[in-house]
Amino acid sequence: MNDAVVELRGVVKRHGATMASDRVSLHIRRGEFFSLLGPSGSGKTTLLRLIAGFEQPDEGEVLIDGRPMQGVPPNLRPVNLVFQHYALFPHLTVFGNVAFGLEMRGLMPEAVRAQVAEALAMVKLTGKNERLPHQLSGGEQQRVALARALVNRPAVVLLDEPLGALDQQLRQNMQAELKAIQRQIGLTFICVTHHQEEALTMSDRLAVLDRGQVIQVGTPQEVYDKPTSLFVAGFVGVSNWAEGRVTAAAGGRVILDVPAWPPIHAIGNGVPSGSRATVVVRPERLYVLRNADGDGFDNSVPALVDQVVYNGYETRYRVSLGESVCWTVRLSNGGAAVPRFAVGDRVVVGWKAEDAVVLTE
Amino acid sequence: MNGAQSTQVDQRRWLVAPALVWWGLFVGAPLVIIGAISVASRGTYGGVEWPLTLSAYQSLADPLYLRIYLRSLMLATATTALCLLLGFPLARYMAGLPPRRQMVWLLLVMIPLWTNFLVRTYAWMFVLRADGLLNTVLIALDVIQAPLEILYTDWAVLIGLVYAHLPFMVLPLYASLERLDRSLIEAAQDLYASGWTRLTRIIVPLTKPGIVAGCVLVFIPSLGAYLTPDLLGGARTMMVGSLIQHEYLVVRDWPMGSAVSLVLLVLVTIGAWWLPRTGWMRTS
Repeated sequence: MNDAVVELRGVVKRHGATMASDRVSLHIRRGEFFSLLGPSGSGKTTLLRLIAGFEQPDEGEVLIDGRPMQGVPPNLRPVNLVFQHYALFPHLTVFGNVAFGLEMRGLMPEAVRAQVAEALAMVKLTGKNERLPHQLSGGEQQRVALARALVNRPAVVLLDEPLGALDQQLRQNMQAELKAIQRQIGLTFICVTHHQEEALTMSDRLAVLDRGQVIQVGTPQEVYDKPTSLFVAGFVGVSNWAEGRVTAAAGGRVILDVPAWPPIHAIGNGVPSGSRATVVVRPERLYVLRNADGDGFDNSVPALVDQVVYNGYETRYRVSLGESVCWTVRLSNGGAAVPRFAVGDRVVVGWKAEDAVVLTE
Repeated sequence: MNGAQSTQVDQRRWLVAPALVWWGLFVGAPLVIIGAISVASRGTYGGVEWPLTLSAYQSLADPLYLRIYLRSLMLATATTALCLLLGFPLARYMAGLPPRRQMVWLLLVMIPLWTNFLVRTYAWMFVLRADGLLNTVLIALDVIQAPLEILYTDWAVLIGLVYAHLPFMVLPLYASLERLDRSLIEAAQDLYASGWTRLTRIIVPLTKPGIVAGCVLVFIPSLGAYLTPDLLGGARTMMVGSLIQHEYLVVRDWPMGSAVSLVLLVLVTIGAWWLPRTGWMRTS
């Protein structure tokens, strides 16, 4: 793996009795947008601080550009961090903030001016050089923080919940913009977030973390479509679940026996026959059908419509599949052909085998 | 609504009355009296007589008095600088501690203020004198052969002044350092700033209000200090505070004592007025 710009090898970090980082090994490739996704307390910020150099691993090592970083302080590492609350220097202007890193590296004033102007143009913040941070809006402060890191062209830009303090609208705009900026300048971004949609939208690859451990690494599609654990299935996106027993397993396919259901066909890697397991299906992979026209789907389970929520572009159904299982189905309102159902209708819920994943604890 | 509010403000104005009366009786009126005495004549037996004269101010031009003012200014400046030099690292250390240990250190800084100042100054005499604690220890450790002459010199006054005023430097410094957002220091470090640069470019500019408050709280009282130079400096070292006492009680020249006091007051007032206008205090 020579293309790894950041490499973590069995990194352990303890905060008191808790494992903030539990034998984490990761390769982050040059030029990619990599996200560390996890709930609060999953150790994602700790990983970022270990890479930035604000914390030292208890075991294992961190390599940046192939160089071991043991004992290298933050000011000597080729990384720049965009802090969660921006940490803009309140006594310096926008220019002073963005120029800080360049000045510290001893660049000539003309070079500093040119590079600051370029960085501010990149984040679409020109003409505000002489403003102080408190005179800027939250979104503008965020751009200054980003420019202050980008201007140094570090090997890695680290972002700690970069959009966390922005409102929903701004947040969605910035997701696309952040990704565009990253692609444009081709720097490696490592982004910490607890927001799964954000991670899916922006990342080339992401790592899902839980209690200091890396649970799954992959592209957004891999993590979303093929979760390898119930934790990932539950944390990334909305999932429907049902528990049962595996009756047959071969070639990555399994048949699961769920009480009162017909046999369920699904994907299941390494799930042995006879084990207790859970089938997981995304709401948008399910279809609601009129009674008995369930052909064309590998699975079809009789159900009762409990709730209908129409919101224009899609309709969300809550359906009961037997006594104790209640699932969500999202049907896109793509055209007149999409059937409509009402509360109390007896229906069939159908889905394909490759859209269902069987997982064990 | 607006009328009701301004009526409220009008009524609240009375809240300053008690303090104003107190200040008028015990600060304003005495100042007027001292001002009057300073232009009066000294009576033959130490009283005040009323042919008005500026002779007290004229004699202040004497190099003897100028030297005393100058020594006071230098000692107060040195005291302030030393307090800042000692207090800043301490305050920075305290601000970085977990909250419980911060409280312990705050107590340690303040405990000396709870004991009598005179007692503490006498304690310093025992420490500093020729056969005192300091010399005994240094001789026992073979650092020096003969006892150091510290007591009754400017050094003793400086040590005493720094000791007495250090808490007044540490407390405002601690308050502003404790409020300083840690992530700003980390951001500077992340942007390649070394420890010294982080101090000069980020920490000092952002804690300037605390630094200025501490310096004012140390400089002004040490400029007019009386007890410390009187006890630790002995007869050879005189500061403005001792001079005032000397003029009033020993020479019994009240107009002179009043003139010395007023000139000190004017100097301090000019300093306090000028310092915030230098631009140095501005943080943003």
